[in-house]
Amino acid sequence: MPSYVDPSKCDGCKGGDKTACMYICPNDLMVLNVEEMKAYNQEPDACWECYSCVKICPQGAIFVRGYDDFVPMGGQVHPMRSSNDIMWTVKFRNGNLKRFKFPIRTTAEGAANAYVAQKGASLDDECLLLESNLPTPKI
Amino acid sequence: MALPNKPKGELKAVVNPEVVEHDVDILIIGGGMAACGAAFEVKKWAPEGMKIVLVDKASLQRSGAVAQGLSAINTYIGENPIESYVKMVRNDLMGVVREDLIYDCGRHVDESVKLFEEWGLPIWKKDAAGETLDGAKPAKTLREGGTPVRTGKWQIMINGESYKCIVAEPAATALGADNIHERIFIVKLLLDKNKANQIAGAVGFSTRENKVHVYRCKAACVACGGAVNIFRPRSTGEGKGRAWYPVWNAGSTYTMCAQVGATLTMMENRFTPARFKDGYGPVGAWFLLFKAKVQNGLGEFYANSASVKDELSKFMPYGGSPVTPTCLRNHLMINELKEGRGPLYMATDVALNAFLDDRKAAGMNDKDLKKFWKHLESEAWEDFLDMSVGQAGLWAGMNVEPEKTGSEIMPTEPYMLGSHSGCCGIWCSGPEEAWVPTINNPSRAHQYKWGYNRMTTVDGLFTAGDGVGASGHKFSSGSHAEGRICAKQMVKFCRDNASFKPELKQTVQELAAEIYAPVKLYMENVGLSTAADVNPAYCKPAGLMMRLMKATDEYGGGVATYYMTSGKLLNICLDLLKLLREDGEKMAAGDLHELLRCWENYHRIWCVEAHIRHIEFRKESRYPGFYYRSDFPTVDDQNWKCFVNSTYNPDTKEWKCEKVECVNILPTEPWL
Repeated sequence: MPSYVDPSKCDGCKGGDKTACMYICPNDLMVLNVEEMKAYNQEPDACWECYSCVKICPQGAIFVRGYDDFVPMGGQVHPMRSSNDIMWTVKFRNGNLKRFKFPIRTTAEGAANAYVAQKGASLDDECLLLESNLPTPKI
Repeated sequence: MALPNKPKGELKAVVNPEVVEHDVDILIIGGGMAACGAAFEVKKWAPEGMKIVLVDKASLQRSGAVAQGLSAINTYIGENPIESYVKMVRNDLMGVVREDLIYDCGRHVDESVKLFEEWGLPIWKKDAAGETLDGAKPAKTLREGGTPVRTGKWQIMINGESYKCIVAEPAATALGADNIHERIFIVKLLLDKNKANQIAGAVGFSTRENKVHVYRCKAACVACGGAVNIFRPRSTGEGKGRAWYPVWNAGSTYTMCAQVGATLTMMENRFTPARFKDGYGPVGAWFLLFKAKVQNGLGEFYANSASVKDELSKFMPYGGSPVTPTCLRNHLMINELKEGRGPLYMATDVALNAFLDDRKAAGMNDKDLKKFWKHLESEAWEDFLDMSVGQAGLWAGMNVEPEKTGSEIMPTEPYMLGSHSGCCGIWCSGPEEAWVPTINNPSRAHQYKWGYNRMTTVDGLFTAGDGVGASGHKFSSGSHAEGRICAKQMVKFCRDNASFKPELKQTVQELAAEIYAPVKLYMENVGLSTAADVNPAYCKPAGLMMRLMKATDEYGGGVATYYMTSGKLLNICLDLLKLLREDGEKMAAGDLHELLRCWENYHRIWCVEAHIRHIEFRKESRYPGFYYRSDFPTVDDQNWKCFVNSTYNPDTKEWKCEKVECVNILPTEPWL
């Protein structure tokens, strides 16, 4: 189910310091054509449909069209992701619609504790940070 | 229109890239769960001033197998004895596993899960009445004693769309943004010039600019996932991107470590998951949460039939467990399909309606029933939307409503991995503790511990997640924990080898020329043809990958033969792989994206060769349902309840395969 870019919405992330879809795609598929200032998926048959580009696009310009070798035309799944939840719209080939909303995060972005100042105790045992009294197998 | 003999990508490659050199103490290669675990943990142990860099071919937020999200954490020990976890893994992987590594993972994994929750991952809970709360509802945390929603004995449900983003955040904070090098694809590890069998660095290239990056390091952790697109997939058009495992996993972990002489283990193991047909959506929640069953084409729920029990009794003790090993479940499915009793359906309709009927029978009124159904439907769809959106897309395109009709399931093409229900990978040291077996053999390829937990047989080279062999069922959480184990051990290794100064065998110019050879080949020969993709002097990575997948599919036991192969077929496959390896050096790249694909394919070819060599060496069929050898069709515990380890010698360029003793740490009576 490769992603595709709606040219009427894509602005090539002109306002940002990087092209969002190109920045995020785990498989190096999304690229920017600088002459047109539009992005596109350069290798649709290597697209995992992970939706990373769809979720991150600030213009909502990226959609997914089902893999042409097994998905009948007409359906579409599209997300709207905010900082703490995601809303999915599932449109069926027959026109039916379903919407689902799920939480995605319970803390503010940037708030995850990296325990920056904390140090482990001894390098010579197997305990990791926050661990003590590691068990061994009961044989 | 211009002739199609120009480079295609937006980022053109040049013949002479700039070379950038980096001197670091510890190098973390990869950006998935294991690498993020290592990045989070390492600074907790590192002395002031130690230089640590993580290098990732993607971007950390959406890198690795969890990029899309997950709907469950499959390993959370919780209230269970760790010993039961070890026994479950041992049985699922047909007896040949490293119990020390599995136990060790089991004693660290829950701490990772508790950190995930603290960082913001919503974990489903049970309320006082036993009803399910989604992960954003107020409830006690796991650390505070909250009760997660168990599906199986080991799995807990999450709202996991942002799982990877959440785990990446503290990893990046801990290391510092300047020490995260994204969009650099490491393609080769480098040995030290002076000290034998010691890692000294790694080399790769940027996929954004024409730069080769050379890293010198004292210790490295390689965690770049498993291998995908190595066997011809069932969908060979656009749909070949819809691999079950992430399509960007190219076997880099196994190949890079093998090439510097790290011993591999159980590379004959593969994972052939049974999933919803074509969309490859997860089945775990359907089996475990919704209690769905598989129905054959005759409408029979065959799993509990007398003939199935007979069949499983051929594989004792493994077949006798309450939860049948994954490969044997596949074996039963394949038997149905081969007998013409397909297609196989996940009876989603039967399962969902059973829930509704239960509530109706218990006297639930229509309004509450409607509300209950809404919740159930939402849970069912979330399972796909969290981790396999394409499956939801397929259901949308096919007008599938799971409460009205079942959906077909099918065993997929084979994958190589070490963290899921598979166990190929690299032979690693276990913890330096008394309970880990001591083996009387001078070779690390036979030992279970040599001083640094999760160090490979190469000094200073560590691995985690899909990289560590003979110890599957870590999944996302266990991979993170294993990355954390590596982190501490790498610091210890650097402390113990403080005087070591890495020096590379090759000059950086030699390395740059090798990395950019596909670009040079392209530039020198593109003029020989009016079309860039058809040229007598070079081949393109896209074509070579299809050639590899055709060879493995037809000779190595892919879907074409229902996973059947033989000594004769495997040797033909090895001959084809030798030619592929030679032609791998004739891959050409006109742009940086294509250069990425060239090197990924090169990694694929090598790790598949190890896979085929191992299957050929092991004269039995250890994993019926994952692969079969027609010449040795049974599980032969008498001769083959042992590891197969292989080592490539980088000096002589020869492979050595050997049997290695498999020691049970936990009692074998009772087996489970």
